[in-house]
Amino acid sequence: MTIAPTPSLAGRPERPVLKMTGVSKRFPGVLALEDVHLEVGQAEIHALLGENGAGKSTLLKVLSGAHNADSGEIELYGEPVAFASPHDAQRAGIVTIYQEFTLAPDMTIAENVFIGREPGSRLFISWRRLAEMTRAITDKIGLKRDPMTPVRDLSVAEQQLVEIARALSMRSRLIVMDEPTSALSEAEVANLARIVTTLKAEGLSIIFVTHRLEEVFRLCDRFTVLRDGRYVGAGQVADVTVDAIIRMMVGREVGALYAERPIPERGPVALEVEGLTRRRNARDPHAIELVDVSLKAHKGEILGLAGLVGAGRTETARAIFGADGFDSGEIRIDGRKVNFSGPHDAMLAGVGLVPEDRKKQALFLRLAIRTNITIAAHDQISRAGWFIDEGREDKLVEEFRRLLSIRMASPDQLAGLLSGGNQQKVVLARWLALRPKILIVDEPTRGIDVGSKVEVHNLLIEMAKSGIAVIVISSELPEILAVSDRIVTMREGRVTGEIARNDATQEILMSMMTFHEGAVDPRAEDLTRRP
Amino acid sequence: MTDTRIAEPSRSQGVDVFGFVARFAPTLFLIALMALFAIIEPRFLSSINLFNVMRQVSITGLLAIGMTFVILTAGIDLSVGSLLAFAGLVAAAVEKGGLENRFTVGEGGVGYGWGAAALAAIAVGIAGGYLQGLAITRLKVPPFVVTLGGMSAFRGAALLFAAGGPISGFQPSFTWWGQGKIGPVPIPVIIFLAAAALAHIALRYTRYGRQVYAVGGNPEAARLSGLNVNRVIASVYVIMGFFAGLGAFVLAARLNSAEAVAGTGYELTVIASVVIGGTSLFGGSGTIFGTVIGSILIGVLLNGLVLMNVSSYIQQIVIGVIIVLAVAFDTFAKSRRRKV
Repeated sequence: MTIAPTPSLAGRPERPVLKMTGVSKRFPGVLALEDVHLEVGQAEIHALLGENGAGKSTLLKVLSGAHNADSGEIELYGEPVAFASPHDAQRAGIVTIYQEFTLAPDMTIAENVFIGREPGSRLFISWRRLAEMTRAITDKIGLKRDPMTPVRDLSVAEQQLVEIARALSMRSRLIVMDEPTSALSEAEVANLARIVTTLKAEGLSIIFVTHRLEEVFRLCDRFTVLRDGRYVGAGQVADVTVDAIIRMMVGREVGALYAERPIPERGPVALEVEGLTRRRNARDPHAIELVDVSLKAHKGEILGLAGLVGAGRTETARAIFGADGFDSGEIRIDGRKVNFSGPHDAMLAGVGLVPEDRKKQALFLRLAIRTNITIAAHDQISRAGWFIDEGREDKLVEEFRRLLSIRMASPDQLAGLLSGGNQQKVVLARWLALRPKILIVDEPTRGIDVGSKVEVHNLLIEMAKSGIAVIVISSELPEILAVSDRIVTMREGRVTGEIARNDATQEILMSMMTFHEGAVDPRAEDLTRRP
Repeated sequence: MTDTRIAEPSRSQGVDVFGFVARFAPTLFLIALMALFAIIEPRFLSSINLFNVMRQVSITGLLAIGMTFVILTAGIDLSVGSLLAFAGLVAAAVEKGGLENRFTVGEGGVGYGWGAAALAAIAVGIAGGYLQGLAITRLKVPPFVVTLGGMSAFRGAALLFAAGGPISGFQPSFTWWGQGKIGPVPIPVIIFLAAAALAHIALRYTRYGRQVYAVGGNPEAARLSGLNVNRVIASVYVIMGFFAGLGAFVLAARLNSAEAVAGTGYELTVIASVVIGGTSLFGGSGTIFGTVIGSILIGVLLNGLVLMNVSSYIQQIVIGVIIVLAVAFDTFAKSRRRKV
């Protein structure tokens, strides 16, 4: 293991507000948390760090009472506590603000802040007092809005302030914020930072989950890093470098599952994306915007698209595929400009997309495997234009069953009964049957076991060898490094860099994905200079 | 952040006994019900009664075939009864050669004949279905709301068209389609079963059928697989409209009359037939065979209750309870399957 020297635990909080020890949580088939520790002191902003899937969300859910831990202890001010529900946790003073807000959009700010706790008599709400009480809180955090404004009319940043106001109204002592800055602009982030600092000065503790390391260095006092559901280390932010934190986050060994392979001779450019831009719009304020995204994919090459969740990788893929529209920019296939009005057009032009959520976006779980494989290829297996020729369909299904070694009982088996790896192969077969020129595969191995992962990776490599321009999107850096020939990184809807596989390491990629150039921490200078 | 590391437990692929029973539950239930009625009331099994049941079933059965397409896409059509009444009146007016001849009884050579009448009914049905399909796909109004509106609007159109009164007294060539027989088999039963066979072939063996299941099973996946989801959704309401028109023609022929209040409450019976036949209201699963069985099951149930002198009020209660139980069974079977 190439782990950085673990920062000392000397910097433990003097007066711990929260102490979680030995927390484990098992879900069917996977150990999500194993022996995790988290200590947060009074008046401390604590960064909880880790890659996607490191277990941060699960830990927060245990803390907020949404999940029950299988083992481990939680102490609040030295008293052991157990939360059966989020309500219990809130009553104990722990409020969690999730990425997806839990506000009622058609109710006013005041109603949202004091929902269920409105002042007044048993039957009637005292609107005057409700407004006064709300204003007392919103003034403090700089939300300059009439308490009677419907939440729907607020910006995302203002809605977040409403969430914070609600937390304050409950006299919470510990506020947990799950990626609070991911949907905010730079100015809004600065404002949030100011508010968080004020709250800290008043003695509140805050757990801050973020992917932006510069925020950790600007704002946080201490940090805890998780990886693969395990505790990696904790310490004072002042004692570590960006470099060390990144190494703690990614420091696992890539198994020796992949043979060294040379960078293949790359063919002509198959896909060119230039200046792809999609502005944030009022109808969907949470949508990730794309800013001037440009990239090229060559025939016979695997282009890795790396970035954290929310970096805009999936959005780019869907825009290329015609699944979502965009405001400006150009997409060229084999040098010719295309304008897809929907996935059907993209399909005809030889572009395929294997979406990130297999079950929700790709599979027909309650339909037969044969239907799942051939649904897009009816032109090849129809008779008289109308009827399905089941003989030809069987042949097609059999061809891909053998090619991808899909393990199934029969083509009439329901797709929902297959294992994750075989389901993914079924989706790949659907697209391969169309002989695409360009195939975008979003999270090719999410939720499938290690053995199948390697199989899928080798399939992707074979596809590229056969001349397809393959684009792989993945949140798992080892995967990106294992399959890509060239890697483009994204962050907040922008392309942040490009690197050849042989020059890339997890650490370099992580810094390209997380660290904002020109950010405040001077110690990061060596990282912003890309290799 | 998501819990992306949660692997799915691998699933066993053994024989699914529960699934087998669930699949043939409607058929087994029908056989049990018929046996029960046969024991309580021997007249039930007479061939006259059985053909009578089938003839009664055939109109709602035709509608249920169309409704199967709709429900397979996770849609619903509440307007079938109203559309049927409107289409029936138009057909009747065509047969009579115009509304002014509405009270002239069976005088030859005045109207345009049964063929034109049937086409008119079907054309009205298709047009009505197409309008609703457009509203659902273009205006993005949920099918429940669109067809609830259609239910009211088509009923109003029917009342307006015929000024509230019936149109009756057709030529024998017209009424033959509702009252005639080939051998012992009533014509409506033949139409119903032939239509069911065609619909079965369409759903089971054609590209279109596959698309209907795919769109119902997972509309997002269907779209990302290059299917024109809106076109498929609009098409099922057109098919529903076709069957409403055909049903209107057969009903008018059988009753030798068309009226604006025809088909009131049919939506309930029709949806019940489809759901009891095992088609999931969540879309993506179901068969025409199931719908035929479901239609017959409701017909047999009503017939048996009539033979046993159960009041029609109680019959309505029974139908209501059975619909809820059928959907509860579907939901249960689904959750059960997820756990396998």
